[in-house]
Amino acid sequence: MSDIIDILISASFWAAVIRIATPLIFATMGELICERAGVLNLGIEGIMVIGAFTGWMAVYQGMPLWGGVATAMAAGMLFGLLHSTLTVPFGLSQHVVGLGVTLLATATASFAYRLMLPEVTSPPKIEPFQPLDLPVLSDLPFLGEAIFQQTALTWAAFAVAALTAFTLYRTPLGLALRAAGENPAAVEAQGLSVTALRMGAVIVGSGLMALGGAFLTLSAFSSFFFEMVNGRGWVCVALVVFGAWKPGKAVLGAILFAAFDALQIRLQQTDLGAVLPYQLFLAAPYILSILALILMSRRAEVPAALMLPYNKGER
Amino acid sequence: MRLEPIANPSTLRRLGLPALALAATMAVATLLALVAGADPFATLGQIATGALGSRLAVLETLNRATPLIFTGLAVAVAFRAKLWNIGAEAQLYAGAIAAVLLGTGELGSPWVLPVSALAAMLAGALILLGPVLLKTRLGVDEVVTTLLLNFIMLLFVSYLLEGPLKDPMGMGWPKSPALIPEARLPRIVEGLRLHWGFALALIAAVLVWIIQTRTTLGFEIRAVGQNPAAARFAGIPVNRVLLKTALLSGGLAALAGWSEVAGLKGHLSQDLSPGFGYTGIIVAMLALLHPLGVVISALFVAGIFVGSDAMSRTAGVPTYIADMLLATALLFMVLAILLTKMRVVRG
Repeated sequence: MSDIIDILISASFWAAVIRIATPLIFATMGELICERAGVLNLGIEGIMVIGAFTGWMAVYQGMPLWGGVATAMAAGMLFGLLHSTLTVPFGLSQHVVGLGVTLLATATASFAYRLMLPEVTSPPKIEPFQPLDLPVLSDLPFLGEAIFQQTALTWAAFAVAALTAFTLYRTPLGLALRAAGENPAAVEAQGLSVTALRMGAVIVGSGLMALGGAFLTLSAFSSFFFEMVNGRGWVCVALVVFGAWKPGKAVLGAILFAAFDALQIRLQQTDLGAVLPYQLFLAAPYILSILALILMSRRAEVPAALMLPYNKGER
Repeated sequence: MRLEPIANPSTLRRLGLPALALAATMAVATLLALVAGADPFATLGQIATGALGSRLAVLETLNRATPLIFTGLAVAVAFRAKLWNIGAEAQLYAGAIAAVLLGTGELGSPWVLPVSALAAMLAGALILLGPVLLKTRLGVDEVVTTLLLNFIMLLFVSYLLEGPLKDPMGMGWPKSPALIPEARLPRIVEGLRLHWGFALALIAAVLVWIIQTRTTLGFEIRAVGQNPAAARFAGIPVNRVLLKTALLSGGLAALAGWSEVAGLKGHLSQDLSPGFGYTGIIVAMLALLHPLGVVISALFVAGIFVGSDAMSRTAGVPTYIADMLLATALLFMVLAILLTKMRVVRG
């Protein structure tokens, strides 16, 4: 018990929580935007992989870090275009297309990696984003280290979450988007195009998912590994449900989840880690995600038209 | 644009569009070979020879197809009822664990093979039962739970291989002890590297086909998949049908792991499956969820993998071209199937 308290009062723990939460916030916001418009995007896992790969490769080829970010987002949006073309106007199964996009994006990253680096055994490193030195804040005792020594991408993640919430609830676009996920016929009656709204949501959402992947290579690990996304995309799908399709709650969910993840890494070093197998700690995030889904199952307010394709003129 | 159903699709449309999807996949293959700086025709030729060019190659393709038939059937059965079982990978490992637990000396012949096969099916079924109960009782989406269980299962296997099931003679390599000879599936023909798992996979495909076309359960599964509300109205116990489907699907996926351990590898290791569970989704979709079609599409998919492995050793096109082609084929195929039934109209 005192081990846990020691961990919870260390500044490095909270810094890690915010770091681990960052890619989850990006990708969860991306998935949330898709689902609020009525499209389940199971391409998320693969799109995070392609984002991680393209962002890293662009920087390795000499682009500036922000160029890598832009490349990753563009690649993610391209796969979002593919996903939304098949699921929105053609109305194909969102499950099958999503898994297909994940398989295709993952394979594309692996193929391109081997093509561009045929001989390497360990992937080259890039110079990643450095923590921003904020005046006054970064030098605060405890809080400075715990919260205010993060890279620009982390701050961008929180900005994206705020912007998502603002757009969804405070702008006409957000209203139309939410309506496309609740009652698409009403949107069409207003003279707006459900197809355009949903496709736009999936493309932008996929860009954010790729950005979440790019954080892993451009800020967290400074290198690309095949298995690095490792189910984070699926966790984000669970986080959207846990957050009841609301951006604020989803961010809280991501932070809570990251806290457990950071805790399990540190608990492995304690007496508890000597008793329990380390695999149990590694499985904790996935078990937690399932528990979160069970916990929220009764209360969740699912967008009414989620996973229902809309075909004009059909009743 | 909008979609309009076609009343009586012509034969040309029903056969031509899927053929076009395969042709489009070939076009992508050509493009990828060009991107890799290789001669496209030589590359495709090498994939074909690598898969079928020699007796050894054909046997390798048949061996690779065996687990894919089982996982393909598992997915086809589940998807037919719109039960999104993406957890065939976890169920496969459950079957593999059962094969090791019962096949390393606790049981002797002649019981060990049938008992371990049944235990494997039971283990796989139980793995899927949890997510399906969560779906029917609490409305928890089974896609995410079955997906997450894959990761949990892999970690559990890793724990077993480093702990309770560790081979003391493994020289530090995480693998289980070897199965006793009585627990191994014999080869179909002595001297040829092809085990009875392949024959069992074919039998399973025929059995699933019989269940789907000749039994009440098969009818109920289809009804639930097409329209659960109408099925419920017609008096079909939807939740019970989903549970039965899950038992069948999980059991089939588990046989993939069981036959890999008992037929091919002889022990359990962390890399038993290079994603057979996920590839089963592609196999099932390419077969249009038809159990006998699954056999053909599993052979096709296995051929692409085996052929690409052989090709990449000589031609310098990364072996991941196989994964790209199969994912592309999947997406083209679902689009083609839709367009056999619907036409795109303006407006």
